[in-house]
Amino acid sequence: MKEYFSLLFTGAKSLLVGMGVTLRQMFKPIVTVQYPRERLDITPNFRGHTELVRDRETGTHRCISCKLCQRDCPSSCITVISEKREGVKGLTLLSYRLDFTKCSLCGICVEVCPTTALGFSGEYELAGFDPDEFRYDLLKELEGRE
Amino acid sequence: MHLNQSLPPELIRIVISVVVLIGFTFLNVLLLGYAERKISGRIMRRPGPMEVGPQGIFQLLVDGVKLVAKQFIVPSEAGTLFRIAPLLAFMPVGLSFIVIPFSNRLQVRDLDTGLVFMLAVMSLNTFAILVAGWTSNSKYSLFGAIRSVAQSVSYEIPMLLSLLSVVLMANTLSMRGIVLAQSPVWYVVVQPVAFLIYFVAGLAETNRAPFDLPEAESELTAGFHTEYSGMGFSMFFLAEYTNMFFVCSLGVVLFFGGWSGPKLPYMDYTGIIWFFLKVYILLFVMIWIRWTFPRVRFDQLLNFCWMYLIPFSLVNLLLTAVVVKL
Repeated sequence: MKEYFSLLFTGAKSLLVGMGVTLRQMFKPIVTVQYPRERLDITPNFRGHTELVRDRETGTHRCISCKLCQRDCPSSCITVISEKREGVKGLTLLSYRLDFTKCSLCGICVEVCPTTALGFSGEYELAGFDPDEFRYDLLKELEGRE
Repeated sequence: MHLNQSLPPELIRIVISVVVLIGFTFLNVLLLGYAERKISGRIMRRPGPMEVGPQGIFQLLVDGVKLVAKQFIVPSEAGTLFRIAPLLAFMPVGLSFIVIPFSNRLQVRDLDTGLVFMLAVMSLNTFAILVAGWTSNSKYSLFGAIRSVAQSVSYEIPMLLSLLSVVLMANTLSMRGIVLAQSPVWYVVVQPVAFLIYFVAGLAETNRAPFDLPEAESELTAGFHTEYSGMGFSMFFLAEYTNMFFVCSLGVVLFFGGWSGPKLPYMDYTGIIWFFLKVYILLFVMIWIRWTFPRVRFDQLLNFCWMYLIPFSLVNLLLTAVVVKL
């Protein structure tokens, strides 16, 4: 008999405590983000696809076409195309192709780059209808990123 | 003028009442559906529907259009009553409104046995659920219906017993009479236990969480209305939300003094404001409870009814009878 009433009492008390919790939550601010209209700042550590870093002084990329990234890429998704031009020191980069459909975002290319020409972009809205949309030319992308 | 003379006033009264009440049924469902989603959102600290209209207020209208436009799919071996069950669920909705006293002079009919009438009509919903579950030819539907019937049958007892103690005090079964009998103090003050028991039983009667076993998603998909689509489903949806409204309005009439409240001009009619205010506060509590408590197990559900609600309501009834007699 004592157990019968104590069960009733503790049960009723816990129900009221629970309702108090939900009522308090109800008047707290909303924590979800209305995504297409609101965006959160992404962390600087975010690993998007790689991009060519713009050099502050020269205003262009720092790639010397050494092809270390292409050689070290475990997914072999990087193709660097360059040519030797008259009167220009070193190789001139023509195209830096990244096949992002195969990239595993390991970041070895960024680590290995002797001139720190590569960095991670903050791009995260990645959806498309065609795999070709994810075969980037990072040089064109750098020029387009004015 | 001519129209007025050729038609009996009683007919005009009936037509107006039916149109207003059916209109109100749909409006109430829109309001409650929106409130349910907004409140559940706020409790989970989400904004709830936001896309259609400012703050998403037209979301339920759009949902309604979608449901009307959808095909009504009948399972291949469903019984002939499959099409009738949604109507059976919706029919009591119109009937129950007849006896609700919205205000002193706003009531379709004040029956002498109004309370009994209302309870009888409301329990027809169980019958609709049984028919729907049985004729769907689906195991989920059948189990949902079985649970619903077991639950409704057992919770009807404490509900009636708790209401009986109010009837003993008011000495009438007419809804208007019960409201008028509460003029000095509301019965919730005199009969708090009866109110609590009524409210818990009402939650179970309307298959609301935490007693929503007939529609337990994780086990039964959607319970008795698993096989219903389009308008068939919306009929059940309408009936469910209107039943919530009935449970709360019955609670207001019996325990919270119906339309009584601070004096307003034309109190005979504007009492409806107090009535609706109280009903929607109770409905808010119902929604609040739903988004707070997890679903109970079936044995817990029946144990709670037979071990706590029925003995307590019996004792309450006995004490009330003794006090009234003294």
